[in-house]
Amino acid sequence: MADSLAEPLLRVDNLVRRYGGITATDNLSMEVLPGELHAIIGPNGAGKTTLISQLTGQVMPNSGTIRFAGRDVTSLPSYKRSRLGLARSFQITSLLKDFSAIDNVALAAQAHDGHSFRFWGNARKERHLRDTARAALERVGLGKRADIVVSQLSHGEQRELELAVALATKPQLLLLDEPMAGLGVTESARMVALLKELRREVTIVLVEHDMEAVFALADRITVLVYGRVIACGVPDAIRKHEEVKRAYLGEQHAVTRHG
Amino acid sequence: MKPKLNASNAVAALLCAALVLLPVYSAATGNIFILTLFTRIAIYALAAASLNLIMGYGGMMSFGHAAYLGIGGYAVGILATEGIGSGFIQWPVALAASALFALLIGALSLRTRGVYFIMITLAFAQMAYYVASALSRYGGDDGLTVYKRSDFAGLINLSDRTQFYYLCLGCLFGGLYLIWRIVNSRFGLVVQGVRSNEQRMQAIGFPAYRYRLVCFVIAGTICGLAGALLANNTDFVSPAVMYWTRSGDLMVMVILGGMGSLFGPVVGAIVYLLLEELLSQFTEYSGLILGPVLLLIVLFARGGIMGLLGRMSRG
Repeated sequence: MADSLAEPLLRVDNLVRRYGGITATDNLSMEVLPGELHAIIGPNGAGKTTLISQLTGQVMPNSGTIRFAGRDVTSLPSYKRSRLGLARSFQITSLLKDFSAIDNVALAAQAHDGHSFRFWGNARKERHLRDTARAALERVGLGKRADIVVSQLSHGEQRELELAVALATKPQLLLLDEPMAGLGVTESARMVALLKELRREVTIVLVEHDMEAVFALADRITVLVYGRVIACGVPDAIRKHEEVKRAYLGEQHAVTRHG
Repeated sequence: MKPKLNASNAVAALLCAALVLLPVYSAATGNIFILTLFTRIAIYALAAASLNLIMGYGGMMSFGHAAYLGIGGYAVGILATEGIGSGFIQWPVALAASALFALLIGALSLRTRGVYFIMITLAFAQMAYYVASALSRYGGDDGLTVYKRSDFAGLINLSDRTQFYYLCLGCLFGGLYLIWRIVNSRFGLVVQGVRSNEQRMQAIGFPAYRYRLVCFVIAGTICGLAGALLANNTDFVSPAVMYWTRSGDLMVMVILGGMGSLFGPVVGAIVYLLLEELLSQFTEYSGLILGPVLLLIVLFARGGIMGLLGRMSRG
């Protein structure tokens, strides 16, 4: 359990991001403490992915600040944030489709192993990059699928590979954007088991629609509605929170039933 | 990765052997024409291979690659005109000028994507074309005659047909080997990763722009070498080598042979220039035949000729 007196690993203050007339992130502030698994939930269109993208630098905020590990990273490009130890997985799988699984992971390891202006040696023969990659693949259960080209992997395997790629960058903070999206029951269960292990090693921010998984995993939950934080607290408090029930849980359960 | 025995590798190996032995055939049969033709082919193959590095491996659809042929050529021609005949000076200048031009174009154009990138590279090449046309001291529109080929202090005689052919072939093989090493290196994997998914590469910690830019400069420099060879081959350099249709020719060679295949551009250059030569004997509208051929390749053989061979060997 996270120590609430600890210095936050990630601190977001008054973040605003507008798209035309829509405010996707509306004066949002939140903290992620070292060691916790912090879930972000909210109905569709609450601005969860937009928030994650601002945290990792794919999207720049209109105003507000993002501090990571005591450093202002608000205007840093995404590759620099990655080097500081911020890693993300994408909601819509975003991999190098024409590369093998192990190439995808080894490249992530390579990105954090000095610069890549090396023009001569065969990168696929660099033992330590391949070993790191293989370990990350084993970790997510893809050890036997290392040499398969990504486009030949199943959807579930691609979701696991997303995680392996993020892990290979040895992150301090792992931002997972709906890692369970589109997974079957058994695959979801495997992902939850995996996240239970990972949370012991790395701080995690988890955006997820699967409520069962969220309440099973999270130390704390932040609830977003229309880009605003309407509640933040431990799972039990969130469950009982009146505004959350009204704005989110009822609707969400309805959505799950139909889906 | 061990080289596997399949149709495309077999074709590549046979091709190399045939190219190496060509002067023997030429001497035995007294067919000089074939040697000069294949000298030209080797030079264009090198230029196409350099374009393949950015287009096939890097996903950068440069439509101005012929500019480097001109810059390399003019470096040789202008220095020769000014009385500097040594290849040891001419050629490094040709390479450096091409690299510098590539750095300039790349730095600006690589901030854009897709159609804009194509148009900006095209615009820069056309600018180079008009600048060369305006160089009245160096022939302007009419081009510049190179009265004496680059002098390498007796090391190699560029005026000797066979020696010059082997020099061009050596440059081609050297260029291909360099590209092969680059493609499999850390740098090469990053460039190919960015072609595949730039956002992902940024997210795992790669500043994509820098890698693309360096790749762009390497390709331009190699093509500058082809330009220096070309000026020596024709004893002449004119703005026409930089015209956009010439850039189009290079693109066609790459696509015809197979984008992202090491030997693809070589096969493409051979097929394209042979067809052009052959068809020009029957008709002046060789494009009427070449066009449909290219169309068929693009429609039915995405990986070009090399891709077709690869699929055949896989059954």
